[in-house]
Amino acid sequence: MKKILKTPIKTEDIENLKIGDIVYLTGLLVTCRDTGHKRRVLSGVVPKTDLKGGAVFHAGPIVKKLDNGKWEMVSIGPTTSMRMEKFEKEFMEVTGAKLVIGKGGMGEKTTKAAKEDKFVHAVFPGGNAVVAATQVEEILDVEWGDLGMPEAFWVMRVKEFGPLIISIDTKGNNLFENNKKEFNKKKIEELEKLYPKLEFMKY
Amino acid sequence: MTLNQDFVKKVVAFIDIVAKVLPDDVVKRLEELRQNEKTEIAKEIYSCMFDNIEKAKELNRPICQDTGVIQFYLKVGTKFPLIDELEPLLKESVLIATNSVPLRHNAVETFKEKNTNNNVGLHVPYIEYDLIPNSDKLELTVYMAGGGCSLPGRATVLMPSAGYHGAVDFVANTMVDWGINACPPLVIGVGFGTCVASSAKLAKKASLRAVGSSNPDPQVAQLEKDLAKTLDNIGIGPQGLSGSSSVMCVNIENMARHPSAFGVGVSFGCWAHRRGTIVFDKDLNTEILTHKGYEI
Repeated sequence: MKKILKTPIKTEDIENLKIGDIVYLTGLLVTCRDTGHKRRVLSGVVPKTDLKGGAVFHAGPIVKKLDNGKWEMVSIGPTTSMRMEKFEKEFMEVTGAKLVIGKGGMGEKTTKAAKEDKFVHAVFPGGNAVVAATQVEEILDVEWGDLGMPEAFWVMRVKEFGPLIISIDTKGNNLFENNKKEFNKKKIEELEKLYPKLEFMKY
Repeated sequence: MTLNQDFVKKVVAFIDIVAKVLPDDVVKRLEELRQNEKTEIAKEIYSCMFDNIEKAKELNRPICQDTGVIQFYLKVGTKFPLIDELEPLLKESVLIATNSVPLRHNAVETFKEKNTNNNVGLHVPYIEYDLIPNSDKLELTVYMAGGGCSLPGRATVLMPSAGYHGAVDFVANTMVDWGINACPPLVIGVGFGTCVASSAKLAKKASLRAVGSSNPDPQVAQLEKDLAKTLDNIGIGPQGLSGSSSVMCVNIENMARHPSAFGVGVSFGCWAHRRGTIVFDKDLNTEILTHKGYEI
């Protein structure tokens, strides 16, 4: 059965999630990338959308304005989360959001903050922009439009948005860091097996 | 309609197909890799990928929001009637396709650091020519080079004493350190040359060869298989979240090298490997080689 998180997300909804768990999101989701993080954290400008218990997506969408003045989500996919590492801890602290969604892992600072402040990071599989767009029911608002289409703060209502794979949990675990250790170990073992097949040099 | 207009119209239509439909060889390999996965995470990601492939067709939308920098690789006959006008015609095609597909705006002028907002800029779209003597045909390969899979590409020149061991170390290290965020399972193109430029160019050429094809030299073809197995056993899996395989293929292109230099390059393609090849004859009749059942 699908595990669905609903906004506003409470600490008890996520504190038992483990890295590798698969969840879906129903409710409010906002996009925020490099410049948005910087603006919220450094300038202290507060968007009118309340992010307490909310979910943030590292993504720059392609949106289309319809004749009735509403926006349509054409394409939306995750961008590399590591770019937001510098500001994520502070961003989550000031907004009170509980779920960060992106691509790839995040670093030590965010992992520590996720444990202390109780939030999780999850991966939406990259390159699946049409699936993601069709899970957006409605674009409710756009704030910070002055930052341009990819960087603006798009406020969306989503239904069973996912799959979202938990990559940082509230216990201090980081899936990508664990995997990296494992990959490096296997890499050395596998290369050793390959070397005897590479005797092309004559001497 | 003039020959020029006809050509532009057909190139635009082909860019549209390449943005929205993966080539047959890629889909076939993804289906095979999907069957081998055992964990819930890997299976779920493959389901999402195939759902996305179908929805992109159904809703007529680009498979991935990053439609890349448009790159053209041409095998052009010296007697192809439009040989003198190819560059302006290909640029025009990209301008039109940017609005009609639509494509994301992905050309940023360097130093000015300004997005041109139309996918055309200095040497963009990127065009590479191979001349085919005494032919009146054009074989055009379109590739959408996304940011995620362009990022990990590397080339280096090793001491010959490091040789083939050094080369496979270089490929494996690059994949583990940088390839994980490039949306695996990956297409891996490896080039063996002399300098950085020749090795990188061969690596790119290798990454554009069909998945499942082999280098004509049996020794090299064997290394393609062996290296693919090595990389698969590292177990990067879809999206770097671990799994039974890491790559869709390892393709190698090689050339003779200077005795004192051992160049190696590696070029990556993501799972949404948007590559297409179309052949034009002198009257601009077309045949699409990569997407069966598609005509323009």
